[in-house]
Amino acid sequence: MSGDNLTESKNTDKPDNNIKSYNNIEKKVVIIGGGPAGLAAALEANRGGIPPGEILIIERDRELGGILNQCVHAGFGLHLFGEELTGPEYAQRFIDEIKAKKIGYVTDSMVLSVSPDRTVTFISPRLGFGRIAAGAVVLAMGCRERTRGALNIPGSRPAGIFSAGTAQHYVNIDGYMPGNRVVILGSGDIGLIMARRMTLEGAEVRCVCEIMPYSGGLARNIAQCLDDFGIPLLLSHTVTEIRGRERVEGVVVSRVDENLRPVPGTERYIECDTLLLSVGLIPENELTREAGIEIDRVTGGAVVNQDMETSVEGIFACGNALQVHDLADYVTLEAYRAGMSAAAYALRGPGAQDPAGMIPTRAGEGIRYIVPHKIARGAAAGVKLFFRVSGIYRDVTVRLTAGVSEKGVTNNVRLRDYKKRIVTPGEMEQIEITEKTAAQLQNAVSIGVELCKKET
Amino acid sequence: MQLPNNANNTKNANIAKELYDIVIIGAGITGCMTAYKLAGYNLRVAVAEAGDDVARGSTRANSAIVHAGYDPVPHTVKAEMNVKGCAQMPYICEKLKVKYRACGSLVAAFFEEETAALRTLYDRGTLNGVPGLELIDAARLRALEPNIADSAVAALWAPSAGIVCPYGLCIAAAEAAAAAGTEFFFDFSVNGIVKDDDVFHIAAEDGRVLRARCAVNAAGAHVREIALMAGEDNFPVRIIPRRGEYMLLDKSEGRTVSRPLFSVPTDKGKGILLTPTVDGNMIVGPNSHVVDSPDDTATTADGLAELTEGAARTVKNLNTRAVITSFSGIRSTPDSGDFYIKASDTVPGLLHLAGIESPGLASSPAIADRALELLFAMGLKAEARCGFTGERPPVIRMDELDDGAKQRLIEHNPAYGRIVCRCEGITEGEIVDAIRRLPGASSLDAVKRRTRAGMGRCQGGFCSSRVAAILSRELGIGMEDITKNGGASYILTGGQR
Repeated sequence: MSGDNLTESKNTDKPDNNIKSYNNIEKKVVIIGGGPAGLAAALEANRGGIPPGEILIIERDRELGGILNQCVHAGFGLHLFGEELTGPEYAQRFIDEIKAKKIGYVTDSMVLSVSPDRTVTFISPRLGFGRIAAGAVVLAMGCRERTRGALNIPGSRPAGIFSAGTAQHYVNIDGYMPGNRVVILGSGDIGLIMARRMTLEGAEVRCVCEIMPYSGGLARNIAQCLDDFGIPLLLSHTVTEIRGRERVEGVVVSRVDENLRPVPGTERYIECDTLLLSVGLIPENELTREAGIEIDRVTGGAVVNQDMETSVEGIFACGNALQVHDLADYVTLEAYRAGMSAAAYALRGPGAQDPAGMIPTRAGEGIRYIVPHKIARGAAAGVKLFFRVSGIYRDVTVRLTAGVSEKGVTNNVRLRDYKKRIVTPGEMEQIEITEKTAAQLQNAVSIGVELCKKET
Repeated sequence: MQLPNNANNTKNANIAKELYDIVIIGAGITGCMTAYKLAGYNLRVAVAEAGDDVARGSTRANSAIVHAGYDPVPHTVKAEMNVKGCAQMPYICEKLKVKYRACGSLVAAFFEEETAALRTLYDRGTLNGVPGLELIDAARLRALEPNIADSAVAALWAPSAGIVCPYGLCIAAAEAAAAAGTEFFFDFSVNGIVKDDDVFHIAAEDGRVLRARCAVNAAGAHVREIALMAGEDNFPVRIIPRRGEYMLLDKSEGRTVSRPLFSVPTDKGKGILLTPTVDGNMIVGPNSHVVDSPDDTATTADGLAELTEGAARTVKNLNTRAVITSFSGIRSTPDSGDFYIKASDTVPGLLHLAGIESPGLASSPAIADRALELLFAMGLKAEARCGFTGERPPVIRMDELDDGAKQRLIEHNPAYGRIVCRCEGITEGEIVDAIRRLPGASSLDAVKRRTRAGMGRCQGGFCSSRVAAILSRELGIGMEDITKNGGASYILTGGQR
């Protein structure tokens, strides 16, 4: 059970348990967050040459594992392990390895600040106030859910409105049902997963409303979580009013036009006692901002280079704190890169980078964003560009381009084309820069990705 | 220092045998400020509240402004209470350790024709005794508020106005009163008042009865129902519930204006207002619409659009997409237009504090003073309470401590080392304290009002289940019994099958 028992935090299997105070100590690599990103970054930092005792993971919850602990559904690890694991199983593989290698971690500990010179402060019931000078820092704080307030849905403010992740915590961690008759707004993956979960637990999920003309969730989740249970997905629909004084009694659902505005006359009242919101995830970056690190307005995460290094040297970012992923496997892979880079930095020390040699990435036609945001000219080979498209496109060409400047005019020259049967905003795409492509970037002022076909 | 929570154990006690000197009906700012001032005397005082906490009506949702007093018509009770109350507010907030900002307020005119209205307000305010009023030109207005719309031509500057957290003040006053022995009874929905042998028997729906020599009617939107129950056959006040909708903006917008900025009032109301809050957010609102029920605090799409448009006319560069939440509050507008602060002619021992709409927050200290005068005039005998300082038991705010103090506090009580609300940085220690204080928090929203846990960007998405677990443990009740704000506002519908 959560949040209540101080003695629980006195676990004896913590390698760092013998340390009485964390005030004014030094660590080579400090990792903020013990979810899939933080765990992978720690393991890779160790493989990169940092001794286990010189690594410290700081986790705010009682246990390592992050959000995976409440994701009891299967589907994790297909890409990485070639098998279908539940969230806790996936996390446990990494936790077991962390423990076996005696890599340092503290739980129940909340980081308060990260300074540009990599001083990390935190508090914890067991350890009190901590201040650590870190050789390198990895930001792996994950993300949070958008709220009702951000949507400004009119109506009353009764109990029974939850973000899908909060409801998931109640059901899967605490063992309680947050509602009996449920409407879900937003077809993000957590919303889809919760539609199935609530149904399996005996609730009636009346519908899932999605304001966009397409779902933001994975196709496999729509099939397995909605279609298999006959739960209607209302595209181009949103909740326009919440009713109920003490507990939700119902919601009004309306169709929206192409500008996403509710169409008068299309209102429908749906009785329910619960409204779940799955309307987007926001990378958790309060610490990042306070450290003065540059943030990408589109992703909500840090601006990074090919090493996952942020605009403040020696501070790296990965996982959902960097960009919202749809698969934990990709979080792990991204975190490996950040962990390896952090280890290299901690061993080498500051001042090895030349910003003049960086090529910015460019999100062209039909592309919402690309991570990383810049690539060192000499280290482009093998770098993966992760990106999301801005709509659903079928039979489309994804084009990798190089910006070439001639007489003050920049043209985006084709480097390579990739044929795609379908691309959707719900599924992250990636392109790996080959040796051959990298060689073509000698004089490029940018490297871009764009789509070469009309939206269907 | 910490006492056991009485929110529940008094519920079942045989409270009828206790004879109070005074029972106050209603624990909004009017009732709680009256209880606070009464706590300075050795009287037995109880407060009966229909909600699960103090500050559940208009006190919860209003503009959070201590008005200077240029609005009320001169020579009304409202005018007198407003100016006197406003003058006291900084001292009361200092004593109760409640954040108060003496920022003044502005009323801006956007057309030349509106400047006459500014002059009217200036004259009114001067007659009412508002200190320091000035009519200022566009250049000075722009220097004070650089984001004001280009069309602004002049303004009324009222330096004595301020901002305060209304429910924070109400909670603090209640805590100081409770520390002096005032008892609070929640979920006490009064449904009958009988006077027998000079004693009021005040009964709740659930059968509890409070007995008192005097009764104070501070029931906000419900004052008329209480007056009629008490046998008042000629109660002159009728309440017209008027709803005002608000939007609360993120701290990123908290510097759009530096003080409450009103537009010249029209026949529709005071115009859309922008004001910073003491916690650094920005409030936009209110509009004003008569509603059927004093409990109808819904927001509407039209209303929110009205706020957005009104704000756009007043200031430049406001990012209304930074809305954290929207809400609405009910003004208990009396049909007469004035406060009705009067001892009953027909029911001896009954005092009405009725028709307290805006500026009820600013007026509350003066209304409480007047209430005491009227109670003493009824023949109530009291001496000053020995040792009463007017302060509340100290509150620890973790984020106000330096690193060394944090370390010592966590060593003393490890619960102060566990952050439960990530957005606002609120620890388990602070939440436990909010539950154990008197009157203590017994619902998620009550914890939120006291600690700000759940009030940040994620709006409780992460911490609400943790706060519910702490409430469950501290109050000794099941998770299924935890509510958002009392009544049937249950968070959960049951355990898993």
